[in-house]
Amino acid sequence: MTKLNSKIPEGELQTKWTKYKSTVPLVNPSNKLNIEIIVVGSGLAGASAAASLAELGYKVKCFCFQDSPRRAHSIAAQGGINAAKNYQNDGDSVYRLFYDTIKGGDYRAREANVHRLAEVSSAIIDQCVAQGVPFAREYGGYLDNRSFGGTQVQRTFYAAGQTGQQLLLGAYSALARQIGKGSVTMHTRHEMLDVVIIDGKARGIIARDLVSGKLERHFGHAVLLCTGGYGNVFYLSTNAMGCNATAIWKAHKKGAFFGNPCYTQIHPTCIPVSGDHQSKLTLMSESLRNDGRIWVPKAKGDTRKPNEIPEEERDYYLERRYPAFGNLVPRDVASRAAKERCDAGYGVGASKMAVYLDFAFNTLRYGQIEANKHNIHNPSKEELVKLGREVIKEKYGNLFEMYEKITGENPFEVPMRIYPAVHYTMGGLWVDYDLMTTIPGMYALGEANFSDHGANRLGASALMQGLADGYFVIPYTIGSYLSTDIRTKAISTDHPAFVETEKKVQEQIDKLMHIKGTRSVDHFHKQLGKIMWDKCGMGRNEKGLTAAISEISTLREEFWKDVRIPGGQDEMNTELEKAMRVADFLELGELMCKDALHRKESCGGHFREEYQTEEGEAKRDDDNFTYAAAWEFKNVGEWELNKEDLNYQVVHPSQRSYK
Amino acid sequence: MNLTLKVWRQKNEKDKGAFVTYQVDGISHEMSFLEMFDVLNERLIQKNEEPIAFDHDCREGICGMCSMFINGRAHGPWTRTTVCQLHMRAFKDGETIVIEPWRAKGFPVLKDLMVDRSAFDRIIAAGGFVSVNTGNPQDANCLPVPKHDADESFSAASCIGCGACVASCKNSSAMLFVAAKVSQLALLPQGQVERKQRALSMVAQMDAEGFGNCTNTGSCEAECPKGVSLTHIARLNREYLMANIAE
Repeated sequence: MTKLNSKIPEGELQTKWTKYKSTVPLVNPSNKLNIEIIVVGSGLAGASAAASLAELGYKVKCFCFQDSPRRAHSIAAQGGINAAKNYQNDGDSVYRLFYDTIKGGDYRAREANVHRLAEVSSAIIDQCVAQGVPFAREYGGYLDNRSFGGTQVQRTFYAAGQTGQQLLLGAYSALARQIGKGSVTMHTRHEMLDVVIIDGKARGIIARDLVSGKLERHFGHAVLLCTGGYGNVFYLSTNAMGCNATAIWKAHKKGAFFGNPCYTQIHPTCIPVSGDHQSKLTLMSESLRNDGRIWVPKAKGDTRKPNEIPEEERDYYLERRYPAFGNLVPRDVASRAAKERCDAGYGVGASKMAVYLDFAFNTLRYGQIEANKHNIHNPSKEELVKLGREVIKEKYGNLFEMYEKITGENPFEVPMRIYPAVHYTMGGLWVDYDLMTTIPGMYALGEANFSDHGANRLGASALMQGLADGYFVIPYTIGSYLSTDIRTKAISTDHPAFVETEKKVQEQIDKLMHIKGTRSVDHFHKQLGKIMWDKCGMGRNEKGLTAAISEISTLREEFWKDVRIPGGQDEMNTELEKAMRVADFLELGELMCKDALHRKESCGGHFREEYQTEEGEAKRDDDNFTYAAAWEFKNVGEWELNKEDLNYQVVHPSQRSYK
Repeated sequence: MNLTLKVWRQKNEKDKGAFVTYQVDGISHEMSFLEMFDVLNERLIQKNEEPIAFDHDCREGICGMCSMFINGRAHGPWTRTTVCQLHMRAFKDGETIVIEPWRAKGFPVLKDLMVDRSAFDRIIAAGGFVSVNTGNPQDANCLPVPKHDADESFSAASCIGCGACVASCKNSSAMLFVAAKVSQLALLPQGQVERKQRALSMVAQMDAEGFGNCTNTGSCEAECPKGVSLTHIARLNREYLMANIAE
């Protein structure tokens, strides 16, 4: 018996959303003025939702832990945003974007949600351009596109390697406009620490003012969690230092089911780890694979410098293994292929845990195009390199600079060294078609939900989903809930449920502060990260996962006995903030391993070593696992599995081939 | 590497604050500056002392959260680099490094090296946007934008709102920050309708927040980690003047 109702509208896939929009109950403008909505998080999903809902007339309160809503980690997204505009006349369509996303997700996402995402993708670009987002343009003044992994069309819109920044600043400006008008109240440097439930519905949150340390109660008719992903469970990831799972985890413990927690995206092109001190990993955008070719030496343990290895002694292994998509295979495939080469002893760099990403070939190719453009006949190689570099610089300039600052090497001179790193979590709170979790009145948007990417997300689709959810989905779907709630008056924060929830939060803080142990929060976080990376990372197996579950449980016990948090609680205390986040990671990590252990198949980013084809590709088991796992919290370390069967009406799952 | 750090410690906004000296040894050249701070903080925690509070988040130079004044320069010795991207190979063994928070009337210190930059948010809220509701604007390609304008607009829009411009300016002026936004939107057709009002409102808010005026010394441009150009201030001045004439 499943407790899940995905509320997918009836009818043909192509007409579901249109029909839904025309028939969803509405809240009239004067009633909207009396309805309060809490938005936690101010990234693409949060800022776009807060702004759009305030424009409709709702009273919105928005929270972020950073000092400004403009700093949310969406800002670091580099490569681009997909939309089925077909501006390139290369055969794109809503259906093709839908199909690519479903296939890219290894047939583990809900068709109706993904189709809706593809449908609204186009309007996102229109909206952003209208806000003044300066996307890259061609000489004719029209918008430019580039390619991303897992697709054969050019549908990615971009602003150099700073697309996330430009889109977030667009959403932030829309949010700022509403803040200026007084229709959004912004609470910066605030962290949500629990959700308040009254009569089974989400009615508010307890938040901590990170400057004063005071706990605050906030009421809302509905609560939207737009708090991003949980990749920092691995300690080292491309996430920002502050990214955390606390909001969704607290919601989970209050009844929101967690969907597919084990689906983690390990991004193939990141700067490799350089030492124990490392605090985070830096992504090099997937867009670089448009013009960078990935290779390792053909000979094991080759110690020559990359430029000394002749062409015929290089193994362009992605082009070799996947001729149809070449360097633009999806992320999960590219990451596993890099790991395979390094594990087999062909890795490069000091650690031997890296592969080359080389721009030399395309620099010359662009140089030739520029030479032709400028009527330069018989150009020398030096001239071609010079001209080509200008083109590369314009496309990826900031990424090349960033690489050089971190590694001290100039990627124009020597190929980049890259290795996979944790980047994104496809899993998240389970939501229905309305984006509502299993707690009535509580929604999850963007990376915080599990909804659209199945077991692997395609590049340039995270920005698309965040903005789709915030600008174009929630403003409609929230009506179906709030239209039944117009008679509910604002509930006083003196209500016993608020008092009780705040008390529980206070108890947790007191407990942490009183441990006065010997080890820092980071010590535990690093240990957890190591367990997760080794045993629940790119390759997973039963033995490792079983061990990880018990190791995490032991580590969690140690944490609660021995963590040391200096300072007090009634003031700014960054160690206390970290401790509360790590306490949640220590529970979530275990659930991720449990989910990975139960899913006895390989799909997308979830690669179980026991389940692979002879060629080392992921082997799905559609007969037994065509479902989304939705975990219900019972006790710490104890969950019940619920399943949402995925019914494919239009697409027929097949072995994913990029060959 | 062994280093001597002189770090500004201040308990809260009201506290007077003072420099505290720390000896830090065993630092590798490969570490980032903030990772060196992580190491120092870890050692302070081991000694049961309070770690140094500093703002940081993405650690890849784009969120604009990190903000340290190092040896008299915003974001330290490397040009066009945020503190989080600064690496220890920029320093020599045995060096003394002085680290302060941003200092400006508009940016009160909250704790140690953390300051309150909410004034920037209020300036944007005063007019740093195009008033377009979410809905169905025309197709994005209906309005071609000359590539040069789009690129110039993008270069202004690359501002990360870190506040290094203010911290570097002897007048604590926020002109470069304001100019970046005014310029970005003035260069695009989408920004035309509210062009005049935007310049007036944002400048008014900037003044109300207690930031100083621009005297064209250019330290903001020199220290901006994103290389936002002084020409945007020239454009802001023109926009402001034209808006005033039109009034």
